[in-house]
Amino acid sequence: MSIYLNKDSKVIVQGITGGEGTKHTALMLKAGTNIVGGVNARKAGTTVSHKDQAGQDVDLPVFGSVAEAMEKTGADVSVVFVPPKFAKDAAVEAIEAGIGLLVVITEGIPVQDSAEFFNLSLTKTGPDGKPTTRIIGPNCPGIITPGESLAGITPANITNKGPIGLVSKSGTLTYQMMYELRDIGFSTSIGIGGDPVIGTTHIDALEAFEADPDTEAIVMIGEIGGDAEERAAEYIKAHVSKPVVGYVAGFTAPEGKTMGHAGAIVSGSSGTAEAKKEALEAAGVKVGKTPSETAQLLREIYKGGPSAESAPVTAGTATVREKAGALVDKVKSTLKR
Amino acid sequence: MDLYEYQARDLFEAHGVPVLAGIVAQTPEEAKAAAEKIGGVVVIKAQVKVGGRGKAGGVKLAKTPEEAYEHAQAILGMDIKGHTVHRVMIAQGADIAEEYYFSILLDRAERNYLAMCSKEGGVEIEQLAVDSPEKLVRYNFDPNTGIDADAAAEIAQQAGFSAEEVPALVEAFQKLWEAFSAEDATLVEVNPLVKTGDGAIIALDGKVTIDENAAFRQPGHADLVDQSAEDPLEAKAKAHDLNYVKLDGSVGIIGNGAGLVMSTLDVVAYAGEAHNGVTPANFLDIGGGASAEVMANGLDVILGDDQVKSVFVNVFGGITACDAVATGIVKALEILGDTATKPLVVRLDGNNVDEGRRILKEANHPLVITADTMDGGADKAAELANK
Repeated sequence: MSIYLNKDSKVIVQGITGGEGTKHTALMLKAGTNIVGGVNARKAGTTVSHKDQAGQDVDLPVFGSVAEAMEKTGADVSVVFVPPKFAKDAAVEAIEAGIGLLVVITEGIPVQDSAEFFNLSLTKTGPDGKPTTRIIGPNCPGIITPGESLAGITPANITNKGPIGLVSKSGTLTYQMMYELRDIGFSTSIGIGGDPVIGTTHIDALEAFEADPDTEAIVMIGEIGGDAEERAAEYIKAHVSKPVVGYVAGFTAPEGKTMGHAGAIVSGSSGTAEAKKEALEAAGVKVGKTPSETAQLLREIYKGGPSAESAPVTAGTATVREKAGALVDKVKSTLKR
Repeated sequence: MDLYEYQARDLFEAHGVPVLAGIVAQTPEEAKAAAEKIGGVVVIKAQVKVGGRGKAGGVKLAKTPEEAYEHAQAILGMDIKGHTVHRVMIAQGADIAEEYYFSILLDRAERNYLAMCSKEGGVEIEQLAVDSPEKLVRYNFDPNTGIDADAAAEIAQQAGFSAEEVPALVEAFQKLWEAFSAEDATLVEVNPLVKTGDGAIIALDGKVTIDENAAFRQPGHADLVDQSAEDPLEAKAKAHDLNYVKLDGSVGIIGNGAGLVMSTLDVVAYAGEAHNGVTPANFLDIGGGASAEVMANGLDVILGDDQVKSVFVNVFGGITACDAVATGIVKALEILGDTATKPLVVRLDGNNVDEGRRILKEANHPLVITADTMDGGADKAAELANK
């Protein structure tokens, strides 16, 4: 199991013929993603050639619209690689077509555009009254369920399948954490993005990880700006029984300066790393001072478990899974309470 | 990017928001000429991107052009909370009957827009929100619908304005929404929004923040950048398309990815505690690619900072694997040649890390010191900066 994305997900790429789209379509196929086609209105009817995970040639059809791609292929996930100028139109098109999961990788989208397409997505609801389209991003690395599927730009070969769920505002910090904990492995890792307005939030991911039977522990990475981490802390306190370890970047960031991510800014006394850390700790989350200390905190949950000492560094195997299952009680009693 | 008051005024005027005459001046002579042009009583207002300038003596009334000259002379060059005053705005005097507050901003938590309005303007709105929250109307709205006449009327009514007052406010609110939307703003704040003796509504002081991501469709916004206030190193980095923020310390930082670089600053600051309190000199994100050219540009900017004593290069190799990054560093040092003079602690991790470290070892550059971990690298860089 996993959240939002699995081996059955049928993925299309918006911007499949562009530079980034071409490069990452190849990498996603290599990671095992079931890519069924792409969209580019100007190149509709053509195909693009790639190799699949087994190294076999595949010709992916290019469609004129997301709606057509969904109709012809049954796609339920779209990954957007189009430049900022056209990203809103691409997102609106996917939302109007009713795609289930929309992963917007593009960095540098004007925030008014993101606010507009996000709010549009809220108005397009399914029979259950919930929005049909879940948006991840923008300005994010996307989502990976190791060993099953990758919808985004996360390097697939730095980690393994396992019981940790990860949600993060930052791409490279996510990779760092996935790499450090590759022996334990990940159920799903989501980069939610560093923009001021994003679709899927920390809270959404925490809720999904809590409900996912294969996720046994959660790593949550935040950074300065806004109050998403504080709200996530409230949510963890009230609704999350699985152990959560946290990390927050930006303790030394000066006030009023945007630190790389458009949303990473301390305004006056709000949005500071200190406030976020305190809120998380007040909710019982152990917060690491550095990324490696954070990885160590998670590791400690596993250390001392019945069969952890001799844990072989193999991923995606039943061994790791069983071990994780056996350790869950230990886990629950250590960190959260 | 935050705009100066005079820029906000001009922008309001362009979108039909009622404002008074206002002319920016950089010298007392210009201030005098502006006062003559506007005529009557004028206000000389320091142009700084920080609050509290009135208390600091940065706002003065002038009855004559000569008085405007004198006040401008006193205010120009003044230091207000660490901001030097380079410009003043000469604004037409207003006959203020009442002061209100109105703003539109991006609500990050709700992921839509928020309009706020109060009949009690002219005060610190943060304070009002704490002391008398009932006097501050908060109205969240869908970015796709905006503020139409009905919404504007509802905001005014909720704030307690009378039926006679509402129409003029509705017009002002709608125009301010147009300005917010058309200019890709994330904040438009008018404090105070005033009612004059004859009942007119005027935006007397405005604060506007615009979204730099929208630069591609806002060609006019490039002119709003205050080149003189920009740090020269930040300007140089910007010219190379690098994400750089100048800080006060002595350990230069280069990394890939905003989160990892922020984290690197923190880890260096912690490590610095053991080395006489040395701190990071900058934030520099060279992005995922980390090519030789980008690395060289980045190092060039950092080594241009006289405060820098050592440099910590912290890269996680993902899609661009560590061997490519290592080659990039070696080539960057070749490009820089003799201009590279500070020790470089390099920590690589991730894809193909062994090959990356081998390349650095083989190159055996006298300035390069490799570190196995982020914490270890930070400690080494801090140690070197303290020498």
